[in-house]
Amino acid sequence: MMKYAYFPGCSAETTGKSFTISTSYVADKIGVELVEIPDWNCCGTSAAALTSPELAVALPARSLAISERELPGLDVVAPCAGCYRSLKASLAYARESQENRDQIKRIINAPYEAKADVLTLLEVFESDDVREAITAKVQRKLRCLKVACYYGCAMVRPADVCECDNVEDPQQMDELMRLIGAEPVSWAFKTECCGAAQQMTVPVQAKPMIERIFQNAAANGADCIVTSCPLCMLNLDMREAEINAARVARGEEPFDIPCYYFTELIGLAMGAEPDEVGIGIHFHPAKTLLLQRELDALELEYAENEARAAEERKKAEMAAKIAAKKAEKAAKAAAAKSTDVAAEAEEVAR
Amino acid sequence: MRSLNLSAISDADRRACEAIAGEAGVNLKDCYQCGKCTAGCPLADSMDLMPREVIRYLQLGAIDIVLDAKTPWICAQCVVCSSRCPQNVDICSVMRAVRLASKHAGKRPVPEADIFDDEFIANVRAHGVSNEQYLAAFYNLKSGHLMQDMGNATRMLARGLVGPAIHNTKGRANVAAVIDRALEADAERRAKAAETRGGEA
Ligand code: SF4
Ligand code: SF4
Repeated sequence: MMKYAYFPGCSAETTGKSFTISTSYVADKIGVELVEIPDWNCCGTSAAALTSPELAVALPARSLAISERELPGLDVVAPCAGCYRSLKASLAYARESQENRDQIKRIINAPYEAKADVLTLLEVFESDDVREAITAKVQRKLRCLKVACYYGCAMVRPADVCECDNVEDPQQMDELMRLIGAEPVSWAFKTECCGAAQQMTVPVQAKPMIERIFQNAAANGADCIVTSCPLCMLNLDMREAEINAARVARGEEPFDIPCYYFTELIGLAMGAEPDEVGIGIHFHPAKTLLLQRELDALELEYAENEARAAEERKKAEMAAKIAAKKAEKAAKAAAAKSTDVAAEAEEVAR
Repeated sequence: MRSLNLSAISDADRRACEAIAGEAGVNLKDCYQCGKCTAGCPLADSMDLMPREVIRYLQLGAIDIVLDAKTPWICAQCVVCSSRCPQNVDICSVMRAVRLASKHAGKRPVPEADIFDDEFIANVRAHGVSNEQYLAAFYNLKSGHLMQDMGNATRMLARGLVGPAIHNTKGRANVAAVIDRALEADAERRAKAAETRGGEA
């Protein structure tokens, strides 16, 4: 049993509900226990950073200090990329020097030694144990589903804070998708920002940020976008309709690209029904594609079975032919031998 | 780039620009104006100064142009610029430092951005967590964009994603105290920095 301190973040019970539902579904199946940090508070996200550097450090530090006291020895998992970056940046600052830690302790008025690490859910899922557990629980592979894995900006950048070694082309989610049989496409917008806050403050200017992400996913043959962040998810999934309306008005084709959390797809592969992992409450219709691809996968499997059966038949025919030839050869050899024996006997008789 | 009367730039202007760079942990001389930051910026189309130009004006000491620019207030803090800069200039942090300096100078070139962040922190100060539905409502009220995202609000309600219930953290008084102490420490640091700058002059 792997155990972590869990920082749900403000969207966990609201706009990110499907992420929470599917995460707990998958975590249960693979034996990962997530213990909620008692009395955690909002991480402050970029609003805190754009208000005051001290505030940006202090808000996450309060929750991390509670976790250190109440859940000692457990690393902290923050599924939301926005929370992750805030927590991780605060942690990095605390680990820089004793002076920084003293300053934090003064502000949060609590002991804090920055002992625990902060992880994304993808990092938890990166371990061999978790991968083996997932493989063992897969009941049906999501074959034929072409996915564009979208990591967004906050999980990978700044690279030194996020300890990310492949900022332009991260692979963790792609690998998980391969593990459950889906086909990750290679595309250019994996870590492009979707402008979650900008959609509120400068909506006209920020809309193209989302549109370009859909466009690039579509251009590279993706059926859907897979994400690991509730802010990205809400932004893409909820606003696809607005973007489509504008496209239609301009005489362009609308997109039909559902978005999923990677945990939802892993849940499906483990045998969950779409509603069980929260897919039923998405904005853009997300079930039809899954049904279509399940059908495609079945048809593909059927065709593969057919091909295999034909192959078997061919093999059997060949084997029969070989056996017949062998028998023919053996019979001829025996006949020749008996003539030889007869000739020898004749010679001996003479 | 606008044409600039360099002799009109004072020592105080230059020091103010250096102070911003210092806050961001950046050496302005590192930037050789290649423009890679701008090339990758997802919002460059909508900015009045390109990210590269923000650095250039700071190099030149043109503090007023920088503090009045919309760019740092539009910036999404996505860190693409810093991550791709061949000179390791942390432009994203520069954007943040400019925006804070602009805010503390009483400017808000993109009022919506300022209102959004203030409302966000007020929401966290009151409840310990952020209640998205009330954040959106207050933001719309204060920014005057009353109908923005109203269609989406209805769609969220229909899916049970938001409701009228306010979520509160048990220790929300404690969270408010943390916010207040952090902002006090922030004000102290700024006062001290202003003093040193004044002393140098
Ligand atoms: S990428 Fe770096 S060196 Fe090039 S213009 Fe931008 S800040 Fe200057
Ligand atoms: S951090 Fe700001 S300036 Fe830099 S690339 Fe992102 S939006 Fe552009």
